[in-house]
Amino acid sequence: MRTGSAAMGWRMRAHPNYLAFAIHRVSGLLLALFLPLHFWALGQAIDGAVALNSFLRWTDSPLLKFAETGLVVLLAAHLAGGIRLLAIEFAGWRDWQRTTVAVTAGFSLAAGLLFLLNVVSP
Amino acid sequence: MSEATLNVRIWRGTEAGRFEAYEVPRRASQTVLDVVTWIQRRIDPTLSYRFACRVGMCGSCAMTVNGVPRWTCRTHVAKVAADDTVTIAPLRNLPVVKDLAVDMSAFFDKWARAEGRFVPKVDAPNDFAVVAPDSRERSAADAGIECIGCGICYSGCDVVSWNGDYLGPAALNRAWTLVNDVRDGAGARRLAAVAGDAGCHACHSQQSCREYCPKHLDPTGSIAGLKRATMRAAIKGEI
Amino acid sequence: MNGTTARTETLLWVAQRASAAVLAVCVAVHLATVIYAVQGGLTAEEILARTRGSVGWLVFYSVFVVAVAVHAPIGLRTILREMTPWRGASLDGATAIAAVALIAIGWRAIGGLVG
Repeated sequence: MRTGSAAMGWRMRAHPNYLAFAIHRVSGLLLALFLPLHFWALGQAIDGAVALNSFLRWTDSPLLKFAETGLVVLLAAHLAGGIRLLAIEFAGWRDWQRTTVAVTAGFSLAAGLLFLLNVVSP
Repeated sequence: MSEATLNVRIWRGTEAGRFEAYEVPRRASQTVLDVVTWIQRRIDPTLSYRFACRVGMCGSCAMTVNGVPRWTCRTHVAKVAADDTVTIAPLRNLPVVKDLAVDMSAFFDKWARAEGRFVPKVDAPNDFAVVAPDSRERSAADAGIECIGCGICYSGCDVVSWNGDYLGPAALNRAWTLVNDVRDGAGARRLAAVAGDAGCHACHSQQSCREYCPKHLDPTGSIAGLKRATMRAAIKGEI
Repeated sequence: MNGTTARTETLLWVAQRASAAVLAVCVAVHLATVIYAVQGGLTAEEILARTRGSVGWLVFYSVFVVAVAVHAPIGLRTILREMTPWRGASLDGATAIAAVALIAIGWRAIGGLVG
């Protein structure tokens, strides 16, 4: 193909604002797919505490805790990326956008780490 | 004494084609345009490419260099040649005429579709318009008017690749400068032209346009301005 | 264009950004709540003790669900239009149905947690 290779195509996209876009899109997509499961799980409360508890105990495995941590990171990333977008579109953020990308990344990881620490400690 | 050699891969053909390899002697301060010219003059006269001013004013020499859209006259080989290799291809998102020359028609058609031309007010006064250069609108317009239509932003934009109708960063940037021109009379008609899926709302602020614009313009910022302007117009019922 | 006018697309964009602003607040609260709640293990009793009979949580989650039901389907519609051949009235209809469905199961869950 005339870009030379797929790798060449990615050289063009290798700058922070594009990465921010990609993370925002992927996190939004994954969260949207997760949402129905989330609402269904919480709806178990309709059948009472026992039903909800049995679902919660199912999530006690390390794999599920890892997945939940991932979801928290995705949510924090999408929130931070969204605030960045609103700032670009409404508040005219310009020159320090690379800094905002770094800040949003840091915030997401911090949120995920906080969650992980809280959820694995007894 | 042996010369240092540059390995160059150049796209030959149309949409269907292939990369051909050439060896070019390296020179101090060599630009990518120097390389293309050397090949066309010394190795293969059938190589087709465009240039004009060769000093970074006209934008004619824009090509894809190692995957990135650039003005080849202002791209030093030393800066981009990893492993003594340079890959040169025509601009992305535009049909290839031959080798490194693309058909810019769609780029300028979209410029027109975005109402990217000045429309005088019906009741324009006969005297000069008085526009303060540091007024908010004039500052916003001035920030975007240096565009020379080279196509690099259009070439670097993924939304242009994904959405065939998308007007693109250059056309929308121009429309924004005119939205801010207090002498212009197109008003809501221009806002309607730049709104929607083919217009400013398709922009996701990937900012490759801003990243690669050789004149350091900010189409993303201009498009953000159009988003705000079209929002106000839609709420007021003007579009 | 494929049926949707510039005005409609503009208003969809406005709805997406407005719901995003609401979600910025809701998600911040939600993240803080989640991180706090998982301390010492998460149980149904703990969750329900917080939400049962609470007008505050009812209002908060109801608003949260509506904002998500506006925001997510419009976002998915954008992705589908850009990355797949699906567009037009059928996609617009599916978007609307997804929004209604999210409100339905979201409010159902709230009913179970608050009621």
